[in-house]
Amino acid sequence: MSIGTSPSAQWLQLNQDANEFRKSRGEALHDDIVTSIYRQAETIADSVVHVDRCDGRTDWDRRIDDLVTSRYFGYPLMLLLLAGVFWLTISGANYPSQALAWLLFGLEEKITLLFQVVGAPAWLHGMLVLGVYRTLAWVVSVMLPPMAIFFPLFTLLEDLGYLPRVAFNLDQLFRRACAHGKQALTMAMGFGCNAAGVVSARIIDSPRERMIAILTNNFVPCNGRFPTLMAMAMIFMGMDVASAYRGLVAAGVIVGLVLVGIIVTLLVSWGLSKTLLRGVPSSFTLELPPYRKPQVWRVIVRSIFDRTLFVLWRAIVVAAPAGVLIWILANIDIGDFSLVQLAAGWLDPFGQLIGLDGFILLAFLLGLPANEIVIPILMMCYLSVGSMLELDSLAAMRELLVRHGWTWLTALNMMLFSLLHFPCGTTLLTIKKETGSWKWTLWAAVIPTVIAIAVTFLTAQGARLLGLV
Amino acid sequence: MGLTAQSSGVGVLREDYLQETAGTEGGLVVALAGNPNTGKSTVFNALTGLNQHTGNWPGKTVIQTRGQYQHGEEKITVVDLPGTYSVLANSPEEQIARDFICFGRPDATVVVVDATSLERNLNLVLQVVEITPRVILCLNLMDEARRKGIDIDVPGLADRLGIPVIPTVARDEKGLDELKNVVKQVAQGTPVPRPAQVTYSDEIEEQVAQLEPELRRLLRETPFNPRWVALRLLEGDETIANRIGAFLTDQGEVAASRSTAGCPGAARGSCRVVADCPVAADSNCGTVAGSLDGADSNCKVVASE
Repeated sequence: MSIGTSPSAQWLQLNQDANEFRKSRGEALHDDIVTSIYRQAETIADSVVHVDRCDGRTDWDRRIDDLVTSRYFGYPLMLLLLAGVFWLTISGANYPSQALAWLLFGLEEKITLLFQVVGAPAWLHGMLVLGVYRTLAWVVSVMLPPMAIFFPLFTLLEDLGYLPRVAFNLDQLFRRACAHGKQALTMAMGFGCNAAGVVSARIIDSPRERMIAILTNNFVPCNGRFPTLMAMAMIFMGMDVASAYRGLVAAGVIVGLVLVGIIVTLLVSWGLSKTLLRGVPSSFTLELPPYRKPQVWRVIVRSIFDRTLFVLWRAIVVAAPAGVLIWILANIDIGDFSLVQLAAGWLDPFGQLIGLDGFILLAFLLGLPANEIVIPILMMCYLSVGSMLELDSLAAMRELLVRHGWTWLTALNMMLFSLLHFPCGTTLLTIKKETGSWKWTLWAAVIPTVIAIAVTFLTAQGARLLGLV
Repeated sequence: MGLTAQSSGVGVLREDYLQETAGTEGGLVVALAGNPNTGKSTVFNALTGLNQHTGNWPGKTVIQTRGQYQHGEEKITVVDLPGTYSVLANSPEEQIARDFICFGRPDATVVVVDATSLERNLNLVLQVVEITPRVILCLNLMDEARRKGIDIDVPGLADRLGIPVIPTVARDEKGLDELKNVVKQVAQGTPVPRPAQVTYSDEIEEQVAQLEPELRRLLRETPFNPRWVALRLLEGDETIANRIGAFLTDQGEVAASRSTAGCPGAARGSCRVVADCPVAADSNCGTVAGSLDGADSNCKVVASE
């Protein structure tokens, strides 16, 4: 190589030299390099690591793993653990819920008095106190306690190292659905937040399986939807059994819903593998990390601040302006009806068909920005159409819903629709960002919505046909 | 310890904006690499005081996260890379980690290592020290190792590897002050470690010896390690070949035209090639090369000096 040749020319020459050598060696070269690295690592490790004696601790890890990932006990243990978490949440949340409701609605009277003292106009009182404050008070008293119990418990399981075991258990099912075993991990992430779950699908290398994980992440209930599920379960499920078992029944219902979510995930994954995203599952190795003692105190603090208050705050900031909007819509009349009534009335026939009503559908549509606000919006809608009711307890809450024609079937379908319907706006934007395609984003909204409608239609018609309601 | 406000909801969408800040604001940049589930995120949080999502499962950190801390007078930006078992670029995460260490030009790279399975973790360490000498080994989970009766000769390990080794228990914030001190020293190049290199088969070593002198001359103004580049060329790693090729082409053009006077800030800091948002770009399509070409061309002045 003569002096004066440009660096890029020299570079190309070097590349060629290297290529020729590689061609003469074939595939073995990469393996050779890797082997040398491994050997060196082994030599160094051997010379500096001394294992004193096995005191049986690692053995202990292994024995637990054999149990939690066992063919017979794996699934039952998983369900029991999940049910336990829900049961603790529901039974533990009841009393603080009542206390908060009592406190906040007591405060409402004082605020109303204040409005009267300063001589505020009735419409202002209506909008701010009856519209916004009342709904927010309800949100806080019903959503806060379950979240404050559920999130730390779930986070403890995560810190302990249980989630990879769940993925291990579910791997075979995902494989049968022609999807990737790591999808179970992205699902676990989705329990916290579907947008985060969609991003976590990056751990799946195959584009096909990654897309499946993204499109189905929505079928696990997120932070924003758990409160809805729990509230519905607490209010409507298990009301007919002895009070001692109510919590158990409600917990069972939520576990059932999570199972429905997982089954739908598997079915949709399978369906996609056979149609839009054809292919075979790729293999992977999943490492089971050691169990670690959770950092209990930090877990509690962080899950309160980062999850509980975060979700609550989001519900409040989005629901408050929505409250004003709905109050206004409810008070602008066209003919004999307010705008809210007109919109809900228009949606109502379809809502009834799938066991819901027009107001519920309206709430889901308006709740697109964040799932947390579906229930608050629904409350506002119901309150805005007249029934002035003191919402000072869960029983009163139930009373309001029953007055609007709710039965256990409405509650069940509300839960199912919440579980299965289109992802929230943030998640959709994240899907757009991750897939870079509006087409797939559209699918991500259409597939769940069609499924949600189909499932609720079947339960509603089925229950009516069998005369259960 | 569960999702955080940053790692869920709208925070997820904001990821890209976080990426661009490092490198432009001065101070030192430190990359954090390591196998999955070695407590990398815990080390990150302990260093930066942030509360990034940590959890006991591998593959959790898929978002590249940045945080900062102040150490003495230095502002240090920490980049948490995805957890990988190697940086041979077999998967998107591995490529992200490798590209950042190689082209992002951090002032130092901390490899977080699980003390309970040193051997497996050392594979990554050995690969990283081939790319850059400025490496610190953070021997984490020392408490777990002790509980399992594993005893590690720390000075011996540092000696064998030729880089500083700092034992830590990041969860209890043990050993972090020491880590910060050493990070600062290495990042400032006082001293630059001289890591031991892996010896390959005679045949490969022979080829490397043939390529290396030429490469050393070609790459002398660049941060790339000739031996490492030689190995990648032999392996036929096209991404590396193309990117370094493009780098050299730019350099040639500048030398030929002589149109640009010396860049006043042509020191490492201001011309650092920030691998901006490699995660998002990589995983979606092949745009990463495009965005980096732009960055590369900013650096041609350095090379032409």
